[in-house]
Amino acid sequence: MSESANLTELTIKETARLLRLRSFSAAELVTAHVEQIERVDNRVKAFLRFTPELWEKQAEEADRRISRGDLGPLVGIPMAVKDVLCVRGVETTAGSRILSGFKPPYTGTAVSRLFAAGAVMLGVTNCDEFAMGSSTENSAYHPTHNPWDLDRVPGGSSGGSAAAVAAGEAMIALGTDTGGSIRQPAALCGVVGMKPTYGRVSRYGLIAFASSLDQIGPFTRSVEDAAIVLDAMAGHDPLDATSSTRQNDVLRDFDAGVKGMRLGVPREYYDVEGIEPAVKAAIDAAIKSLRDAGAEIVDVTLPHTDYGLAAYYIIAPAECSSNLARFDGVRYGFNQDGQNITESCERTRRKGFGTEVRRRVMLGTYALSSGYYDAYYLKAQKVRTLIKRDFDAAFEKCDAIISATSPTVAFPIGAKTQDPLSMYLCDVLTLGGNLAGLPGISLPCGMTDEVLPVGLQVLAPQWREDVGLRVARAYEVASGVKAGVAPLV
Amino acid sequence: MSSAPWEVVIGMEIHVQPTTRSKMFCGCAIGELGDPPNSNVCEICLGMPGTLPVINKAAVEACLKTALALHCEIPRHTKFDRKNYMYPDLPKGYQISQYDLPLSKNGILELDGRRVRIRRVHLEEDTGKLIHAGDKLYRALESFVDLNRAGTPLMEIVSEPDLRSADEARDYAVALRTLLRTIGASEAEMEKGQLRAEPNISIRRAGSEELGVKTELKNINSFRALHRAILYEVVRQTELLESGGAVVQETRGWSEAEGRTFSQRSKEFAEDYRYFPEPDLPPLEIDPVWIAELRLALPELPGARRGRLTSDYGLPGADALLIAADRDLADLFDGAVAAGADAKHVANWIIGEVAPTGKIPTAEHLADLVKHVTSGSITRDQAREVLMESVETGRAPSDIVTEHGYSQLSDEAAVMAEVEAVMEANPRAVEDYRAGKKQAIGALMADLKKRAPQANKKVAMEILVRLLG
Repeated sequence: MSESANLTELTIKETARLLRLRSFSAAELVTAHVEQIERVDNRVKAFLRFTPELWEKQAEEADRRISRGDLGPLVGIPMAVKDVLCVRGVETTAGSRILSGFKPPYTGTAVSRLFAAGAVMLGVTNCDEFAMGSSTENSAYHPTHNPWDLDRVPGGSSGGSAAAVAAGEAMIALGTDTGGSIRQPAALCGVVGMKPTYGRVSRYGLIAFASSLDQIGPFTRSVEDAAIVLDAMAGHDPLDATSSTRQNDVLRDFDAGVKGMRLGVPREYYDVEGIEPAVKAAIDAAIKSLRDAGAEIVDVTLPHTDYGLAAYYIIAPAECSSNLARFDGVRYGFNQDGQNITESCERTRRKGFGTEVRRRVMLGTYALSSGYYDAYYLKAQKVRTLIKRDFDAAFEKCDAIISATSPTVAFPIGAKTQDPLSMYLCDVLTLGGNLAGLPGISLPCGMTDEVLPVGLQVLAPQWREDVGLRVARAYEVASGVKAGVAPLV
Repeated sequence: MSSAPWEVVIGMEIHVQPTTRSKMFCGCAIGELGDPPNSNVCEICLGMPGTLPVINKAAVEACLKTALALHCEIPRHTKFDRKNYMYPDLPKGYQISQYDLPLSKNGILELDGRRVRIRRVHLEEDTGKLIHAGDKLYRALESFVDLNRAGTPLMEIVSEPDLRSADEARDYAVALRTLLRTIGASEAEMEKGQLRAEPNISIRRAGSEELGVKTELKNINSFRALHRAILYEVVRQTELLESGGAVVQETRGWSEAEGRTFSQRSKEFAEDYRYFPEPDLPPLEIDPVWIAELRLALPELPGARRGRLTSDYGLPGADALLIAADRDLADLFDGAVAAGADAKHVANWIIGEVAPTGKIPTAEHLADLVKHVTSGSITRDQAREVLMESVETGRAPSDIVTEHGYSQLSDEAAVMAEVEAVMEANPRAVEDYRAGKKQAIGALMADLKKRAPQANKKVAMEILVRLLG
């Protein structure tokens, strides 16, 4: 048991070395994770479904590759996948009742690439319905619990993936980030989470929430692991017209440190309303640590920050109102019969969608309606342009931007479910990165006195994941703070 | 009280399926009409969660060629938009179309010297098809969805309200089809649903600048139906207005069986399509070099060709129109003339023999045949048989003529001998003719044709009339 506990606290880098030394096999590694899941997931509830037929086959294949001398870093690495990423034959529901029973006939590009790189899929993780939420409480199935305090939320929407990595149930996990849905749960669960530049990773196979904002990214236990997973997923995909052909070598200057780099601290982020003192203290310490490591800390400003939330909550619901129109009960998933097609469709959607999804579909439908389009959607797009310009101007003064990921640490389950606006405010420091299409990383920067993780966010210019990862890595080295697995005694 | 006469105002929306191997946004093949339901589909055109569209370059190219042939402006920047509405034949709950930045705009189609303005030509995707079990939709117990057609590319060609009669509207649609076939942008077969015309019709008092309330007609499956539907709708609107009623802005369906239009959907219930830019497709930048290449590669357009056939060869307007309207016939004409055959004879053979059968010989073979006819070495009847055999076997007319020993007897003495023999064999007919029954000459000519098929009939007739007289 203690040995298996050890296997579930490793990083990719450490694991790859031990697999090659034949200290254990990929099959044994999977078994250790399955045992950990059996031990803790009835409390954490990170997973919705498990995929034993996949993990058996893939672990076997991984061991064959290792015995052939395959040195790929992801061979045999146990992985969890958020319930919005399609995997052929595996029930994928976007955390929603409306897709119950839906088994995609195809596997999305990001997951395919990781499968090809040798990753072993353990199961499907919980999330807010259609990735709409910041606590994973909007899942149609059950809430997920924060491994550091089971009475608290793991953040969201990719809360299941963050919790799985934090609880040692998976070594890596995939999430999606539309307004902070990777970075915020990573911060609240004390792991590394990364949202790449919009267009870096193909969205093919990602059940869309807001197409112009969604990106797939990894949860890991080290910055280097995040770079390794990103490297395997990234790159142009002929099936996604918004995926880019640009190259970015995230591993080359990864360890070059921050000496001589300028790191911007936006005052609007630093003094954001509602930031908890313990979070601020941890960020202050992180800033000091980076300064000590040789970075120059500069003040920058993002003057349109206040409008970001409003613009986001027009654009994202507008796109979702259209993206979710296909769920009519006719071809797949949940269906409620009616007297005619209209009634059947209405009943299916009323019963199949949860409250938050229905709220956003209605908000978005309204914002796109004739007579309101200019005042809402078009105005929001203009704000989006202004926010991009804010970042462009800031990046003329600095190489990367640092801030807290979330103004708060993990909050108690149920604390915000009755107040959507307070829930929306969880993303106030992250959604700017989505509106501007920037790469962002959240990494652990210490614990509060209550032993709740705080996350440091690093935002880099578009297409410069290498810069963001280098800063994050420098902080990881300088501070000695590591993503740990929650004890869960 | 006298009012100015009514003036008909028609604008056309025409959907055309461009010729492409695959669908608009996925790799599925374009199926045939009889394919089993849902056999040409994939996760993308089924609108499965997580799938994304990718633009079919061939469809863009066909649309650009069409735009160039219609003398449209082609902006550098264009984009796709989502048209949101829910219907079971629309798998995504929205149609990817183009809203405020179409691929092209402001064109012209020349129609018998008139210029019909084209407002825009844009690209979109087709929907699937619903099949209802039962004779009437409202009595159907079950409906089935066939998504073979879903995602098929469509060009929408929208005219300004420049057409003034049902005839003009039909001629416009026919001219557009000819143009599309000439440039190879579409097969444009109405019966196969590759060209769907939706006229917008209103009437107003002549001299008025304002447009009347319009109706839009759907379910039109042929050029004839287009013509009939407009005629009906104009009468309906006229009677309505003259009896003190008002036209309601609505979509009306054409019932071919009943020969009338019926209300389908009024404007009050018109959908709000909530158009917005398609976030899954980046804006499209059209390379001017590509446009230039396409422009250079365009064939001679039917309007120009028709003019050339009239001015260069003196063909009558109707003949020139018929030939220029069909690219295959027009190419055959040019080829046969280039091979040295007489232009007017070539035109006659194309219109009289080739066009009705649709069996097209090579230009060299047609020229060969026409030369035999003009030199008088074979009869017209023989020439028809030679043409048929040549098209079927692919052999040269000269070879066929030689093999059958076809020839024409034009020598006056030889023909006279045949004519005398016929007169001798039919004394009764000769008598009748001389007694004033002039139609008796028909029986004599028929017998001549039987006895001496190779005889030149014109020459024989002259001799016969002379001898009988």
